[in-house]
Amino acid sequence: MECEMKIDSPDKLNAWKEECLQKDAKLKKKVMVCFGPGCLAAGCREIYAKFEEILAERKLGDITLESFKKTGCHGLCEKGPLVVIEPEGIFYNRVRTSQVKDIVEKTLAKGEIIERLLYKNPKTKERVLKYHDIDFYKKQTRLALRNLGHIDPDNIEDYVMRDGYQSVAKVLTGMTPEEVIDEVKLSGIRGRGGGGFPAGRKWATCRGVESDVRYVICNGDEGDPGAFMDRSIMEGDPHSVLEGMIVASYAVGARDAYIYVREEYPLAVQHLYQAIDDAKEHGFLGENIMGTDFSLDIHISRGGGAFVCGESSALMKSVAGEVGEPRAKYIHSVVKGLWDKPTVLNNVETFANIPLIMNKGGDWFRSIGTEKSTGTKAFSLVGKVENTGLIEVPMGTTLREIIYDIGGGIKDGRKFKAVQTGGPSGGCLPEDKLDLPVDFDTLTKAGSMMGSGGMIVMDDHTCMVDVAKYFLKFLVDESCGKDVPCREGLYQLHKMVVKVTEGKASEADLQLMEHLSKYIIMGSLCGLGKSGPNPFLSTVRYFRDEYLAHIIDKKCPGGVCRDLIRFEINDKCTGCTACIAPCPVDAITGEKDKIHILDQEKCTKCGACYAVCQFDAIDII
Amino acid sequence: MKIQINGRWYEAREGEMVLDVLRREGIDVPALCAHEAVEPYGACRLCMVEITHEDWGGWKGNVTSCLYPVEDKLIVQTHTEDIIELRKTVLNLLLARCPNSPEIQKLASEYGIDTTSFVPREDADNCIMCGLCTRVCTQMGFNAISVAGRGYGREIATPLKEAPPDCVGCLACVKICPTHHIQYEDIGTTREIWGRQFELVKCKQCGKALITREFADYLIENRDIPADYFDICDDCKRSGTARDFKKLVHWEEKEEAEEEVSA
Repeated sequence: MECEMKIDSPDKLNAWKEECLQKDAKLKKKVMVCFGPGCLAAGCREIYAKFEEILAERKLGDITLESFKKTGCHGLCEKGPLVVIEPEGIFYNRVRTSQVKDIVEKTLAKGEIIERLLYKNPKTKERVLKYHDIDFYKKQTRLALRNLGHIDPDNIEDYVMRDGYQSVAKVLTGMTPEEVIDEVKLSGIRGRGGGGFPAGRKWATCRGVESDVRYVICNGDEGDPGAFMDRSIMEGDPHSVLEGMIVASYAVGARDAYIYVREEYPLAVQHLYQAIDDAKEHGFLGENIMGTDFSLDIHISRGGGAFVCGESSALMKSVAGEVGEPRAKYIHSVVKGLWDKPTVLNNVETFANIPLIMNKGGDWFRSIGTEKSTGTKAFSLVGKVENTGLIEVPMGTTLREIIYDIGGGIKDGRKFKAVQTGGPSGGCLPEDKLDLPVDFDTLTKAGSMMGSGGMIVMDDHTCMVDVAKYFLKFLVDESCGKDVPCREGLYQLHKMVVKVTEGKASEADLQLMEHLSKYIIMGSLCGLGKSGPNPFLSTVRYFRDEYLAHIIDKKCPGGVCRDLIRFEINDKCTGCTACIAPCPVDAITGEKDKIHILDQEKCTKCGACYAVCQFDAIDII
Repeated sequence: MKIQINGRWYEAREGEMVLDVLRREGIDVPALCAHEAVEPYGACRLCMVEITHEDWGGWKGNVTSCLYPVEDKLIVQTHTEDIIELRKTVLNLLLARCPNSPEIQKLASEYGIDTTSFVPREDADNCIMCGLCTRVCTQMGFNAISVAGRGYGREIATPLKEAPPDCVGCLACVKICPTHHIQYEDIGTTREIWGRQFELVKCKQCGKALITREFADYLIENRDIPADYFDICDDCKRSGTARDFKKLVHWEEKEEAEEEVSA
């Protein structure tokens, strides 16, 4: 780090930014290797190591190891590992270690494009050269994810270069806490963790409570299956979270702030620690920030992996070192929160938006999105879509635009069946709800919810009862077990859904399930129980036929529930023998070029044969 | 301040919970996890009531009365249709968890439920997970037992499920348990609870076993109790006092008799 001094005035910050920009301009090319969760799993570490290895032997003129950056999530996880070459914005996907040498020799040394590494548009089958021309990116508005993929999260200079800590300078040296709160109120930003409570009002209430001590907490306990928005931000742009927290702490008058982050996110924890150290070193944290009276320390509190600790009151207990159990919130945590002191708790994504609101103004922010849900929302788009990944769109974008335009439609040309939003306690929406705008109120009204931004797309090979079973099981396991309706009620509800999937339930059971759900919602103590029956309620609301098919006809229309299906080989079978070896119980016999025979007695309905058959010769009945 | 319960006005005190008023006034609302000795918890959900207020613009809500602080002119309904149905559902679920508990059977039958609609728990015991035992243990200052696990598998357990080092055998958990689930045994001068054995202090006069040595020492050390307090049992102390009193009376009679003689 060249800049050893403390940044104690806006002028110094601007001078440093200028310095960083100049330094960056010297890099003729930048090679951004994505180190997001998806690409890590796909092997980006090996890719990066290969670049290092080649660079150690080969001199490339201006291009040195400094040009290679380990960035946060680029978003298009489906196509990882991703390598983006700046300034051109050449987007290479599904890069193999064996291709790294080519990238160095051709693209970096000679400026040649490697056609087969470019992204292929699934509809037109055409190769797309540049990052921003890919449909997946074209239709997005990246605010909270603004820096992801563009900076090295461990390098504070990269962040400062892209207007990092400008809002801290602006707010601390030129705005009163009340003015900050007014700006946040004006922006209309609502909590991105799922509750959707207006952040400005929360901050104002907290500031208004008489107290010697106040706290700010960032909720990084993202635990929804398939969700990784907050993770990606903490991993790929940790300083933006810190910056938002500094502004919030100044606004409410906190001297200490906490980030509650899951231990299962080791990279996020590591990057946050690094970011805090760097921010401290440069005077953005610690005593007398920006040369003012304001001082702040940010501490990291690591969660042990209980889903319920994402609930605000349970989270605060966990931070305080107690068992992470929710309490009744008749007295809100903004009044009596962490250690019984007034506490503002916001989610990672909310904090990441704050610097932008401060720099560009609340009016600018509210011009994006809808009237009651302003700004953008990040989603992790997963399931049966072509382009799974991390996306961010203006509020009010329809589900159809997200799934078809950005997500590239349903995988393998299959038919859309449902989209699950809002995490495990969210709900499933059917095709006729695809044109609903995605915002806090519309989704809730439709029986699902925004949640923190998980979005799971399902095709016609999905059984909705099975989906309800999966999510209920998750909630049964993750309920803390404190109160009776949530602990016993969800357990019994799950048992009854299992009964449906086994074809053993009656219509009376269905009525009992609906009745039980109503009183679990009414009786539960915290949000987990109050939304716990949603997986069942939303599927029974929109896919009642499917429940009845299981109950009355003893059939599973999605072809998933093992007790209600059987596999049969039809006369499309070419006798290729491909299905014989994968069968774990040797239930399929047959000779080459002759229709194979499946022994129903032996068959365990695992579906291995169905998965390998290229000729649609296996029917699920 | 005054609060209205089922149409009648009652006196309430600042800092009280709605359930405190209901209990004081003898209004029948079931509650299994609330006890005056410990902080309210809100686990059983049976004490839920409907609340509203003339200033709330018609808004009504269902809250657990054990946790809801009273406020002036609060309007409470304890037996709305939904509340009754909720209690039935909770009792129905508790009956599936503890089908053999006489206390749960009795309460459920008061709400018209004799058999559960749900699948009864295999190897059921009588623990309803109200957490009174762990809370009273904390309140006593021992923290010997705690909740462990989560969800349906939640249980009350000692650290590492071994004999609890911090237990003093005071039996507060046994006495507070609403379903008499927690067991202990006193054999001679030995007490066994939570898998740990304690030696009982014997009364120096009658030899009766009284209290565990650990609990006696704790009280002597922390509660300003004389060191010899537990040497003699309460009964013996009482009969000792009675004997002394008798002596005093006899002595007075004797005095009087002597006075008469001398007169």
